[in-house]
Amino acid sequence: MTRWRLPFSPWHLVLIPLSFLLLVPLLWMLITSLQTEGEANRFPPVLWPASPRWENYTEAWAAAPFGHFFLNSFTVTAVVLVSNLVVCSVAGYAFARIRFLGRGALFVTLMATLMVPFQVTMIPVFLIVKWFGDNVWDVLGIDHIGALMLPNLATAFGIFFLRQFFQTVPVELEEAARVDGTSRLGVLFKIVLPLSLPAMSTLAALTVLTSWNDFLWPLIVITSQEQMTIPLGLSYFQGAHHVQWPLLMAANVMSLLPMLLVFIGAQRYFVQSVASTGLKG
Amino acid sequence: MLITPDVEKPVTPAPPHPRRRRRLGGGETVTGWTLVSPAVILIGIFGLLPVLMSLQLSFQHSDLLTPETPWVGFDNYRKMADDPVFLEAIKHTIVYTALFVPGTMLVGLLVAAALNRSVRFISLYRTAAYITMAVSTISQGIIFLWLTDRDYGLVNAALNAIGAPSQPFLASPSQAMYVIVAMTIWGWTGFSVIVYLAALQGVPAELHEAAAIDGAKPFTRFRTITVPLLGPANLFLLVWLTINALQLFDEVYATTRGGPLRATTVIVYYLWDQAFVHFDAGYAAAMAYALFVVILVITGVQFRLTRRFGGTS
Repeated sequence: MTRWRLPFSPWHLVLIPLSFLLLVPLLWMLITSLQTEGEANRFPPVLWPASPRWENYTEAWAAAPFGHFFLNSFTVTAVVLVSNLVVCSVAGYAFARIRFLGRGALFVTLMATLMVPFQVTMIPVFLIVKWFGDNVWDVLGIDHIGALMLPNLATAFGIFFLRQFFQTVPVELEEAARVDGTSRLGVLFKIVLPLSLPAMSTLAALTVLTSWNDFLWPLIVITSQEQMTIPLGLSYFQGAHHVQWPLLMAANVMSLLPMLLVFIGAQRYFVQSVASTGLKG
Repeated sequence: MLITPDVEKPVTPAPPHPRRRRRLGGGETVTGWTLVSPAVILIGIFGLLPVLMSLQLSFQHSDLLTPETPWVGFDNYRKMADDPVFLEAIKHTIVYTALFVPGTMLVGLLVAAALNRSVRFISLYRTAAYITMAVSTISQGIIFLWLTDRDYGLVNAALNAIGAPSQPFLASPSQAMYVIVAMTIWGWTGFSVIVYLAALQGVPAELHEAAAIDGAKPFTRFRTITVPLLGPANLFLLVWLTINALQLFDEVYATTRGGPLRATTVIVYYLWDQAFVHFDAGYAAAMAYALFVVILVITGVQFRLTRRFGGTS
């Protein structure tokens, strides 16, 4: 008796339906975004649009200042990303390599902020940002994208994460350069950072994801459409078009696309950033 | 966040002679402080100062607009105990957390176990699971509003197809919270799968093989080898997900705005509502501090357990 065998691993019979099930919400969003209003408002639902209605995308784009939303999200994320990488790597390097007075106490104090939930700080940060806008530069104040950057320019987590990584870089590499008279910053940028690209990329992935998808803080400080980032703009769009599902889903697809592409392209670093949030940190 | 700073372990052993040590520290102290100063100023202003301001605010009355913030003693804290909406919000938050945390861990473990094998296209399957991580909370909310729509939703179509009646879901005070639980479990699948998959891949195959040779059945091997080695991952997810569950906001805002009939008003939603809709910032600050204490206790317990069970961080 010969046993009949599948020409592929039987696990595909589990993994294909499982993946499909996990993707249903995203697929349904995509399908609805190509339906007509009539198709969306039918029950049982039309599972495949008769002819894809691409105009939903152009109409959604025209119905709200999505160009502004994207540009704002991009600007905020870029500034926050660059600032975090620079400020946290410089501080992380100092904490890892330089023995200075008060280092231990300072480090513990900074790390303590990691335990504070955002809800505790958000009201005072609102007041501080308002103060900056009123007294320093209005671009940093309430209802301006500067307010979305200012409180997030450096994070204690970034310092902690990079410090941990820098401690694993062999110190001998730096000593030769130090003997030659290279400054601390020179050593960091010429020797340590080129060896730390995986760690920097992981921190970058985490920073981009957090900054791009942030919602509560923009909700608190931004009221003008021109200053909204994508999640806030999408929420605003939802309020205005809450029954026009194809239009809303087209807007949703457009909002998700940049982050999904970045995620798929740099998946390795996003995966590592999860592990680094606590498991390996 | 859940980081254990291991400051007890200096990078290099301290030089024995105190005077030499001071001179060494002195020479680099200026450089050290210069390099950390941008970070210290930023985190000082936006991370540390607000913690103190918030404490002060919780003993004051503030509407965020007028500069006068009179002291009110413990009024804001006392108000919490007598505020039926706040007590209700605590109840909703506990129900949500009690369902969301184990639910996410279970789904994460099952999906990770299915994905923990080397078959063709496994990286595609894994991407399908991870991708939920990249979907913003607002997008998630909008998608699930549509999926569970009482009149035209795909979920109701599926229910009808198996002979079950349509459900109101997010429109129903008795069902809305469960929909939010299901939605957020989906949203956190990517995260929990990554954590469990990393842990499962850390289980050495040799251990299983050796136990199999000794005659251990698959279930025994799972219980005695895999489960203990998952301990750190379980603990991490338990605490991390709990902290995030207690801070639920975005998904509620995007779907129900705390309704219907306040059925999904959780603590942070109520806190935000009090601070930025009703401009009772002092009261909101007091609620935030109460939440802070709860989260600190949970983090403290995690530290203890981590130390005892051989540490994740």
